This record gives sequence, structure tokens and C-alpha cells, in this order.
Amino acid sequence: MFNQLDQIFVTALHWLVSFVPEAWRPLASSLICIAFILSVFPAVFSVTTIFERKGIGRIQNRYGPNRVGIPFTKIRLAGFGQFIPDGVKMLTKEDIVPRAADKVVHFLAPVVMLIPVLLAYAVLPFGKNMTVTDYDAGLLFFFAVGGAVELSVFMAGWSSRNKYSLLGAMRAIAQMVSYEIPLILSAVTVVMVVGSLNLNDIIAHQNQYTFGIAHWFVFTPWGLVGFILFFIASLAESNRTPFDLPEAESEIIAGYFTEYSGFKFALFFLGEYLGMFAIIGLGITLFLGGWTSPVSFLTWIPSWIWFFTKLMAIVFVFIWIRATLPRLRMDQLMNFAWKFMLPLALINILVAGIWHYMAADWQRWLVCSAIIVGAYVVLGRGLMHNQKLGKRIYRYAE
Amino acid sequence: MSPFFVITGIVTLLGAVFAMSLRNLVHCALAMAVAFSGIAALYLQLDAQFVGFAEILVYVGAIAILIVFAILLTRSGEAPEKSVLTSGAWTSLILIPLLFGILAWAILHSSAVPRDLPPAPVATVKNVGDALMTKFVLPLEIIGLVLTAAMIGAVIIALKEENKNENPGRKS
Amino acid sequence: MLGEQIIKGMAVTAKNFFGSYVSKERLTTVQYPEEHLAQKENTRQFPFLVYDGDDWEKGLRCVACQICEKECPPKCIYIVKSKDKKPDYKGQMQVYPATFDIDISVCMSCQICVEVCPFESIKMDTKFELSTDDRFGGLLLTKDKLAKSNSYYQKMHPQDAAESDAVIAGEKAKAEAKAKAAAEAKVKADAEAKAKAAAAAATTPIAAPTPTTPPPPAK
Repeated sequence: MFNQLDQIFVTALHWLVSFVPEAWRPLASSLICIAFILSVFPAVFSVTTIFERKGIGRIQNRYGPNRVGIPFTKIRLAGFGQFIPDGVKMLTKEDIVPRAADKVVHFLAPVVMLIPVLLAYAVLPFGKNMTVTDYDAGLLFFFAVGGAVELSVFMAGWSSRNKYSLLGAMRAIAQMVSYEIPLILSAVTVVMVVGSLNLNDIIAHQNQYTFGIAHWFVFTPWGLVGFILFFIASLAESNRTPFDLPEAESEIIAGYFTEYSGFKFALFFLGEYLGMFAIIGLGITLFLGGWTSPVSFLTWIPSWIWFFTKLMAIVFVFIWIRATLPRLRMDQLMNFAWKFMLPLALINILVAGIWHYMAADWQRWLVCSAIIVGAYVVLGRGLMHNQKLGKRIYRYAE
Repeated sequence: MSPFFVITGIVTLLGAVFAMSLRNLVHCALAMAVAFSGIAALYLQLDAQFVGFAEILVYVGAIAILIVFAILLTRSGEAPEKSVLTSGAWTSLILIPLLFGILAWAILHSSAVPRDLPPAPVATVKNVGDALMTKFVLPLEIIGLVLTAAMIGAVIIALKEENKNENPGRKS
Repeated sequence: MLGEQIIKGMAVTAKNFFGSYVSKERLTTVQYPEEHLAQKENTRQFPFLVYDGDDWEKGLRCVACQICEKECPPKCIYIVKSKDKKPDYKGQMQVYPATFDIDISVCMSCQICVEVCPFESIKMDTKFELSTDDRFGGLLLTKDKLAKSNSYYQKMHPQDAAESDAVIAGEKAKAEAKAKAAAEAKVKADAEAKAKAAAAAATTPIAAPTPTTPPPPAK
């Protein structure tokens, strides 16, 4: 029975597609999958914005939004209907385009941001047999379309003809490009161990159980480090605190989307959060076993429930980090990416190789953990070295 | 000549044409990014998944950004707004197809065409990786070396400018 | 070690998050229209008139002396004396205000009227949700809206009300003592006069004035 529940969406898809004549079936199947993605993930986005506001509110000793439940009624629902008036507000605001702005590029920037992000959902496995397109080079596809987001950031910043937007866009692109390298390098370790770029293969490798605990890659030393690096890099790729200098509200107004209002701003906002979900989804697939359950006696829970549970859990950790950490300055950001994360990612690749080729016993745990801990301590020392305040040097005053 | 190929080809060609003929440099760079993605789509239609995705990752995600940064950091004045296409567009519209026709005729009638093609290689990622590590490992390492040299050179050029700004009489 | 402070920070925020569901000190928001913050005792907003007892017209302490009207800096008080008199808390017949208007759009809550009132009859209220959509008449409080009972005053400002009541009780006791002394003196004078009259057997009997009995103390 649980197996039926697990495959309920697949059977629903087959049933819907069977109404269509034979020649149109692939097209119909794709369209239904697209409809599924377009309806589920914006809903998750709305719920996430509410959880974020309420969660950050509680962490800051205040209530979040707690009045709007169902609009036009007095039913409160503890404020979970807040996204409806927010959505209506964004849709009905006046769309202001600066007079000197480059109209075509200004219009296209949110579109160019949203399309690669939505494309990235095509390779994520949401459950067993629930991938929209199962490419052999699925992981590469994901990173390829992730790289196209930077172009849209530049378009947004440049077309507004606003010094601050341009500055924000340059910073955002520098940050995204710098953090893409640890992102991809930490994913490379997984590919090395699995031997394939196909995301379903990666999950199949993690779908084995020893002593009741799954073989998730995060339970191995290199996998843990890889997951943490991937996590930090995905924080930076989605411009979340502590890496949100490009869109910091108190520093640079809104960075590259200062000049956007109304629906275009809503599209940017949506694109950013959807990008966050996509990259968390990839992290879950690579390191946390995708739709598999962590312990063998819980495998009866449907796979898509596991996927979305893990997604929301990591989203909560993102929100928690946002409420805790202050923003990193641009040069601190860059230092962190190039001087800490990149060497650690390279050493992680080395360790993953050692892991793969050593025999499967306790010694490889010891060796790999020792190398990783040593590298972390050395690199951490190097990073914190500049924090000692020395004698102040005046560049121009003497 | 499937419809997908025609559409992709037209998009690529239009992107390339606009990349050369638009007045605003940044528009040209963006049109070039469109052309790159068109080429990637063509690769994907030829079932070369790795090359197609790598094209998007490298060209659109990195090289287009690089070109855009280069335009911005060496900006030569604001965007002129008279006409979208450069002057002399009409003459080039006549000359270029003529040139293309002559070259195409020359190539098609040469002896390079009726050779029999080797069998289409299997181009999965695994095969590409195998080939890179066995048959083409020397070019891979040389490319890595060249890229490292380029990065070190860029860092040194950037550093030198900073040193020049400091007061020359001071001990650092 | 790198990252140690981050973990400590996240522990603090987690404690805040879970604590906000459990303890009151980690969720200090007062949700305004439904809950109000407790006001301090010496909060002051706009004046009101105190009355003793249950009938606001009979027990109104104000005697229309117009001191507050003269002392008010923005001149927001408007008093019209009545033509007849009514007894006040000491038993004397006093004039009362027929009209007592305060324009609270002008009043600046300086409390000067309270400080100068000799009869403890105008005090400061604490209500601030007085907004109205009647631009011209809504912010002009008349006597009926201004009169609030002494028990209300004791609830709002317990300490001040206790002092005020002590003053009034003191005055009343003084007045009673004076009246008693006057009555005794009168009785004595009466007796003397009677004795004198009886002794002198003079003509034109003087009618002894009937002693006025003070009214029973209010409340």
C-alpha cells in the first residue's frame, strides 16, 4: 500500500497521459511535469517566506506575521495566509522603469533569471522514478544552467543605469563566480566515488543500508566536508545571509534589483528562492541520499515525503543561519572562498580518492578524518591570522 | 532538416549577426551569449550531451561574463542611441552572403567533401573522460598549465598597479 | 578554531527560538489592540472632573471657581457658572458649573489645572484612545463626558487618589470641627443670650437662629 502511495504521482501522470493520442504522449507528459513543478515549487516558496518571517521573528523575540489567515475572513491560521496579500501587493504595484534605463534588457533580466532556475528542476529526482528528464550528464546540466543566472544578474544591474545597481551586480557576479568553484568541486567528489553524472545513479549508490543506517555520503568524512562546503557555497549562490551583500537592504538599497518594482521584483524574488530550493535539492541528492530514508525501518514512508522533508529541514537551517550571522564584507567573502574553501575542496577530492581506494575498514576512517581535520585547522588558522589588529598604517596622512 | 534544427540555426545566426552589428557594446555581448546558447542547443541535438552542457557552463556562464566585465571595466563612453544597426549595414548584407556563397561553392566542390566519414564515436561522458585521461592527457595538462600561467599573470598585473599607488619613499 | 563562534551563535538563536514558545521573557511583544501594556500610575493624558457618590451631577466637586480656566496656558477650558447653588462636600452651598468644556485637541496635558484646583475636583485621566471621525465636535468634551467617579480615580491613580481623599477628609473634618465649635459657641451664646434676655426682660425678643445641621457626609 505504501508503495502505491509512493508512486502515486507517477501513476497519476500515466493515467492523465493515457487520454492523449499516441503521438502527442511525450509532449503531454512533459507538459504535465512542467505544470507540477510550476505549481508545487511556488507553493513551497510561499510557505517558505512565511516560515522565514515567523521563524526569524521568534528568534528575535517577537511574533512574525500572525493575523492574516484566509483573506476577508477572521480566520487567523496563525498568519499562514500572509503570502496571499503579499502576492497581490507585488502584482498590483506600479511597474516603474527608469527613464534612462535600457528597456529591453531591463525587461528581459527577470525572465533570464527565472528560466535557467526552472530548467534546473528538470533533473532533480523528487522521488522514486520521479525525475522529469533523466539525463546521463544530469549534474553537468544543473551546473550549466546555474551559470546562466549570473548573466541575468549583470543584465539587471547594468540596465538600470544606476551606480549602486551596477556595483551590486558586479559584486554579486564576483561572489557567484567565486563560490561556484567550491560548489562544483565538492560535487566532483561524489561523482568520483559513484562514477557517473546521472543523479539517479548517485541516489542508487546511497540506497544501501548497513546496520540499519543508509550509505548516505554525508556519513563519510569526505562527504561531511563536501556537504558543508556545498551548503556554504549554496548559501552564497542564492545570495543569502551571510553572503547577501549584493542585495543588502541597509547597505546598497537593494543592489542589482533596486530599480525593479511590482511584478518584476516578484519574479526576482521568486527566482532567488526557487534557485535556493533547486540547489538545496541538488545537495540533498548528492549528499543526503535524495529520496531515500536514513534508517532502514523507515523506508515505508513515501520517497517524495522524504525529499520534501529534507528540503524543508535544510531551508530551516538556512533561515536559522540568516537570523544568526551578520553579513560578510566583500573582501572577507572573497578571502573565504579562495583561501579557505577552495583549498579545502581540493583536499577533499584527495581524501575522497584515498577513501575510494583504501579497503573498507576502520583505518580509512582514521586516515581520511585525520587529513581533513588537519587541513581544516591549518586553513582556519591561516584565515584567522589577519584578524590580529596590528599597528595602524596610514596610507596618505604621512 | 527538422524544425528544431531550423529554429536553433536561425536563433544562432541572428545572435551572431546582432553581436556584430548592434551599436551598444553590452547588447552585442548579450547577443553573443544568445549565439553561444544556440550552439549549445545544436550540440545537444547531435546527442553530444557533455559538450553541449560544457558549452553553456563555460561560454555562457564564464566567457560571456568575462566579456561583459571587460566591456564595463574599459568603458568607452555611454551608449549612443541613433540607430540599432551600424552604418553600412546594407552593403554588408549584400557582400557577406556573396562571400559565403563563394566559399561554400569552393568547399563543396573540393576534394575534401566526398571522403567517407569515420563511424560516429560514442560520446558519453565516460568516454570523454577516458579519452581525456588516456589519449589526450598531454593536451589537458598543457591547457591546465596555460590557464595557471594566465591566472598568475593576471594577479601580478593587478598587484603591480596597487604597488604603484603607494608612496615611493616609504618603507612598506 | 574557525566556525566555533558560529556554532555558539546558532545555539543562542536556537535557545531564543524554542524559548519564545515557552517563556514570556523571550517573547515580549504586546499585541496592541487586544492586549495593552500596563500603564504607570502617573500617566496623564487629558483632564476629567471627579464626582463623589453615584449621582454625577449632585456629587460633582467642581465649584466653578474658574481658576483652572484662567491658569490654562492654551485656554482650552470654558466654564459657565450656574445660577443656583448646590451643597458641596463640606455642606456649604456652592455654585456649580453649568457648562464645563475642555477642547482636548488644544489641551497640552500640562496638568496646571490639576495643580491649581483648590477643591481636588479636576484630575488627569489616562485614556488615550480618543480618536474620532467628528472633526469639530468630537474632540470637545462636555461636562457629562468629563465627569468620572471617585472610585474610577482611585482605580487609575491609587496613590494620588489616596492623597486627595486625605485632603478632602481633612478639610471635612476641619469643617465639621469648625461647625461643631460654631454650634457649641452658638448654643453657649444662645444660652447666654437667653439668660441675658430672661434676666433683662427686655423687649423685642431676638429670634434664636436655628443651627444649620451639616448634611450627612457624602459617600
